Amino acid sequence: MTRATVNKKFSGDIPVGTYGPAMHLTETLEGWRNSKPVIDNGICNNCKWCYLVCPEGVIFSEENKMKIDYRFCKGCGICAKECKKSAIIMKKEDAANEK
Amino acid sequence: MLKMLDQEEYFYGHKGCGGCGGSLAVRLALKVLGKNTFVVLPAGCMSAVGFVYPQLCFSVNALISPFASTAAMLSGIRVAAKSLNITDCNVVGFAGDGGTADIGLQALSGAIDRGDKIIYICYDNEAYMNTGVQQSSLTPYGARTTTTPPGDHIHGSTNNKKDMFEIVAAHHIKYAATASIGNIPDYIRKVEKAKNINGTSYIHVAAPCPTGWGIESSDTISIAKEAIECGLWYLVEYEDGVYKLNQEIQEYTSIKVYLKKQARFKHVTDDDIKIIEEQRDKKNNFIKGKVKKI
Amino acid sequence: MKNKVFVSGDEAVALGVKLAKPNVIAAYPITPQTIVVERLAEMVEKRELEAEYMYVESEHSALAAVMGASVLGARTFTATSSQGLLYMAEVMHYASGGRVPLVMMNANRSVALPWSIFGDQRDSLSLLDSGWIQVYVEDAQESLDMIIQAYAIAEHKEVLTPVMINLDGFVLTHTFEAIEVPTQEQVTKFLPKFELEGKMDLDNPKNLFFSSSPAHNILFKAQQHQAMEHSRIIIEELDKQYEEITGRGYGGLATGYKTEDADIIIITLGSITGLVKDVVDALRVEGQKVGVVKIRYMRPFPEKEILQLCKNASNIGVLEKDISFGYHGTVYTNVADALRTTGKKLINYVAGLGGKNVSFNDIKNIFGELKSIDDGQIVQTVNFVGVEG
Repeated sequence: MTRATVNKKFSGDIPVGTYGPAMHLTETLEGWRNSKPVIDNGICNNCKWCYLVCPEGVIFSEENKMKIDYRFCKGCGICAKECKKSAIIMKKEDAANEK
Repeated sequence: MLKMLDQEEYFYGHKGCGGCGGSLAVRLALKVLGKNTFVVLPAGCMSAVGFVYPQLCFSVNALISPFASTAAMLSGIRVAAKSLNITDCNVVGFAGDGGTADIGLQALSGAIDRGDKIIYICYDNEAYMNTGVQQSSLTPYGARTTTTPPGDHIHGSTNNKKDMFEIVAAHHIKYAATASIGNIPDYIRKVEKAKNINGTSYIHVAAPCPTGWGIESSDTISIAKEAIECGLWYLVEYEDGVYKLNQEIQEYTSIKVYLKKQARFKHVTDDDIKIIEEQRDKKNNFIKGKVKKI
Repeated sequence: MKNKVFVSGDEAVALGVKLAKPNVIAAYPITPQTIVVERLAEMVEKRELEAEYMYVESEHSALAAVMGASVLGARTFTATSSQGLLYMAEVMHYASGGRVPLVMMNANRSVALPWSIFGDQRDSLSLLDSGWIQVYVEDAQESLDMIIQAYAIAEHKEVLTPVMINLDGFVLTHTFEAIEVPTQEQVTKFLPKFELEGKMDLDNPKNLFFSSSPAHNILFKAQQHQAMEHSRIIIEELDKQYEEITGRGYGGLATGYKTEDADIIIITLGSITGLVKDVVDALRVEGQKVGVVKIRYMRPFPEKEILQLCKNASNIGVLEKDISFGYHGTVYTNVADALRTTGKKLINYVAGLGGKNVSFNDIKNIFGELKSIDDGQIVQTVNFVGVEG
């Protein structure tokens, strides 16, 4: 599968009329987050439930590990709350960045 | 169930609120329907968060329709696809409760009547959330919205929430279902079912809104689950005249506990809760009657 | 060799649509548009026309449906009138802003209240700002020809703007005339297959009809205006091409009749033009230097053409079936702006509202009144024809 690419240097040109390209991202949304989900891969059994429940679709499985595309994670906490193994904890964004 | 889902994300980088139930409903449905899908969204949360140029968040063909026109545009696309011989495709609409039960009802009725092969998904968050939580005809009794401010005289919404599922079923539609993001496997199965229906299908999916309901963003799914457990939302299907209940609740959990978790119901009194319980029993008896009869 | 038929204006429109071979037709019935869509439904039933005919539950849905169909690459058609057109208003702005090349026929009809099924032009003129190219035709022949031209104009890559063809209700929609129908070969030669570059495509997906920030929004609007302005050239070119192929051309945004040496001119819109020409012919016999300017397009507006056609006239009457309450008729306001630097005397004649008949003598009297200005007669700016005082 492909992960979305973001063109932050978008020129600002406009198309003819409102005929836009599909999936055209020019900004990321990590700044929206107060806290950040962190997956403990030691506890995680790869059931992929977090992948199902994420409204953003930012959780994915790669090499049998669940990973998060933090560029677009808003830190809503649904994954941590719904995880049946409690393998995801929400870390305050400041604390998460400090480590 | 995971096998039913396309690995690709078709709705990504949108600006919905954290924990948005509607965006989860859209995301999951598109993962069932896959690449060959045309999406119509009317004015509303999903179009507002997914379609602000230059940030365009659908990787399938998608467009915003005028508010009242979701079903009409779906039909237009399907009919054009037929004329142009584009056969292997899904045509799906995602409209909110206001876009469906209020301003879009006429066009929806027309489309079902024509029997066009389209999938109409109503993501119901029980008010006009995009414009700042105003009452819609799917706002439940007692709920606070900005146009039903609770006070000494009126305790929030006095409406009874239109029964959209029954309205749609009364058209003798090919397939209709209620669903909830509180039961994801059930929802996915229903979208898959709709995909293969040769005619119009309608799915009414309960999609809580943390912002409008006054709950934590992490509680969207758990509150949707509780709505089912306390009997305020049921999962039912209608196919070729036959009703089927998908989740039988043996003993309801407390409506009061469910309501009091949400800021929009903070003000409701025990008397209000009695009315809501009565409504629940009436609606559940009604639908159980439909199921039994057949 | 020539295929002549005796048909009403509505039927002429249906014949034009048939020759343009649309993929999708969606319409909701309203008098006096109904015959157009009835004929098209019959053609589809008989397989004379390989199109999908959509029964829709409202005009709002009709226009939304064809808009959805169009951006998938389907050529479409819809038709309406009066209340129906107004019900479409939101979608009309939507289609032009989205640069969706739709073609629509409108049967000009009075707008309620009071209810009236009869003709005037207040429906379409109240939507002059909706971003559609607006054509007003004079007779059944022009109706058919302009339907075919409209597709070429709307779908032209440098235009991509929806086109509305207006026929006066009953007076034109229900009046029978002998017209010449071009051959399918001629039309196919003139009108290329519909190709929409930005269309939705499974292999090249698009996100359409999006929102834009204030910074971008005005750019889209400027672009839309430029396309409409540019359409002037395309409209003239296509009319010439059409004439080369069919032998019939109409001469662009506005045309004149005996204007070259005219001192007094009446400017018209739509089917009333024929009557005014008759009056001009009669007055010419009496030696009066009078003429007619027929506005064919209200948008883009024929400013240069009107200046040119009226250059020798001193007194000009604008005769129209419209009033913008509290000012002038809309056609007058536009004409007055076009002639703002010329110092010509301009009078507005509001006639035919709600289907009121406009007679030969009414027109003759208007010419007489316009002439009397030179004798010192004071004439007020806005005059309701046939209404005392």
